[in-house]
Order: sequence, then structure tokens, then C-alpha cells
Amino acid sequence: MDESHDKPLKIGSHVLKSRLIVGTGKYDTLSLMKDSLDASGSDCVTVAVRREKLYDREGKNILDTIDLARYTLLPNTAGCFNATDAVRVARLGREILKSLENPGADWVKLEVLGDSKTLLPDPIATLEACQRLVADGFQVLCYTSDDPIMAVRLKAAGAASVMPAGSPIGSGQGILNPNNLRIILEYLKTDDPDYPVIIDAGVGTASDVSLAFELGADGVLLNTAIAHARDPVAMASAMKHATLAGRLAYRAGRIPRRLYATASSPEEGLITSRPW
Amino acid sequence: MIKIEFNGESCEVEEESTVADLLQKANVASRFCAVELNLEIVPKDQYVIRSLADGDKIEVVTLVGGG
Repeated sequence: MDESHDKPLKIGSHVLKSRLIVGTGKYDTLSLMKDSLDASGSDCVTVAVRREKLYDREGKNILDTIDLARYTLLPNTAGCFNATDAVRVARLGREILKSLENPGADWVKLEVLGDSKTLLPDPIATLEACQRLVADGFQVLCYTSDDPIMAVRLKAAGAASVMPAGSPIGSGQGILNPNNLRIILEYLKTDDPDYPVIIDAGVGTASDVSLAFELGADGVLLNTAIAHARDPVAMASAMKHATLAGRLAYRAGRIPRRLYATASSPEEGLITSRPW
Repeated sequence: MIKIEFNGESCEVEEESTVADLLQKANVASRFCAVELNLEIVPKDQYVIRSLADGDKIEVVTLVGGG
């Protein structure tokens, strides 16, 4: 068993080689972004939909830098605070991707926020937007909190993947409630083991990524932890290795936690005596 | 001239201007954009025939870095 024998990550009709999905925001330069994406080993990157700048435009579009033959784009609805805006933004993203002939045209990372300080999702608006987008033919990858009941509701609404946050977006706090993620994984995967659950937000460093995979997550989506690292390219490489290590550790099967020690060296043949 | 709202800012264009005319005037690369006119998406093949009317609200969006 090694990582080359792992099955690929399948989300709806999309098959990804890497289980790490990375964002393209917050980089100091487009060239740093390009090198970081390359080092991450990812073949799927998220992008946001925004107004064309009418003034002060540098003239260079992010799509000039991202190799569309190499990466599947995953447009998001970041910055939307109600279902109607999220549906509107998702459709505009689809319209752009359709004309680029990128496979990402039929899916969306749905994000409907409830509060600009925490960037926590609005669960009611998220569910409504998910239902509307599924009805409109989208494969919806749905950002949500780590609430297991909400996760079940979103899957029932037809989400192609449920993507619980490890902790608030960009916070770098890692996985705050592994027990909730365990419950989500159990609830969504019982009788449907290949249903993809992706840990979406809050990653701070490589060990957070490994932990997500060790818990049984199918994928991890992150942005800030790479883009704002002191050396983004090196951190992207660390995230790639953390993905491979965590996933392989999950498949290899960890030992159970025990309260007491078990000796690794044989008890037989000892020449020593014990003081008790 | 007619008055329209273009990406949230009011602006004046010549009567019977099309979406394509506006994009050209604003120097927008139509390959990387999507256009929404009064909350309805305008397909790319209609940019040259869809003309703007007084009071229209047009949004021209593209993809940017995001997470």
C-alpha cells in the first residue's frame, strides 16, 4: 500500500488526482501564487467572482497565470450573505467558466456567510441556496460549520460534497472540534462510504491537514495557510506532504489509544531484574 | 446619450450602444468576463446585438483570486 494505489478523490462527476484543493487569494504576487500552486501538487483551485475594475486595472487577469489545462477551477460564492446573491454569483461564475471550456463550469463552492467578523456560514440561507443551485443543475460543494445535523441536511439537499470548517476561515486555528468531524464523517458515509467530505477552512499548518485526513476526511481545502506563510512555496510543499502522510496514515489504520504503555521490546529473555 | 449604471457607477453611453461597445470602451477582455444586464445573464454571442437602454444596470464580472 502506498499513495500511488489510493483511489482518486471523486466529487460528483469530477475526479481529482490530488486530495488537496487550494485557494488563489491573498498572494503578494501572481508569480508567487503560480509557484505555490505548483508546489502544492493540487489539480483544483478555487477562484472568486468580482466586478471588473474599471479604473486602476493592471491589465493582467488571474486567468493569464493559471494554466487552465492543468487546473480545474472551482468558483466560489465568497462574500455572499444571502441565498439570492449566492445563486446569482454562482451563475455568473458558471458563465465565465463555460466560455473557457474549463471542466469547473458545472460546480460551485457555495458559501453563504452570516457574519463578517466570524465569517461563519448562515445555515438557513446556505441550505436554501444549496437547494436552488442543485435544482439549477450545479454540483454544489457546500461550506458549512462543523454541525453534524446541518451536514446531514445539506447532503439530503443534494450537495455533491459537504465541506465542514475546521475553524473560522483564515483563522489558522486548525481543527477545533475533531469529535464533530468524526460524527459528520460517520453520518454522511454510513451506507455511502465514497461520499466526499472535505475539511474547508481554518487550517494553520501542515499537521492540521494530516489530522483532517487521519480523521477520515476525503479532501482538504485551504488558502491562507499557504498564501500568508512566511515562505508560501515551502508551505505549499509541506501541505502536499501532509496530505499524502495523513491520508496514508488513515488508510494504514492507526493503533488504538491506550492509557498504559505496551513495551516494544520483548519481555522474554531479559537479563535484568525488577526492583518490585 | 443615455445614462446607465455600470458596475455600480453611473455612466453615459451613446444611444443604441451594445454590450460589446461598452466592453470595448471599458477595455474589458470579454474572454474572461460574464455580463449581467438588469439581473439577467447576457450570453456571449449576444454582446454584439444586445443594446443598452436608459436606466439599465449592467454588471461585468471576472474571476479573481479567492479561497
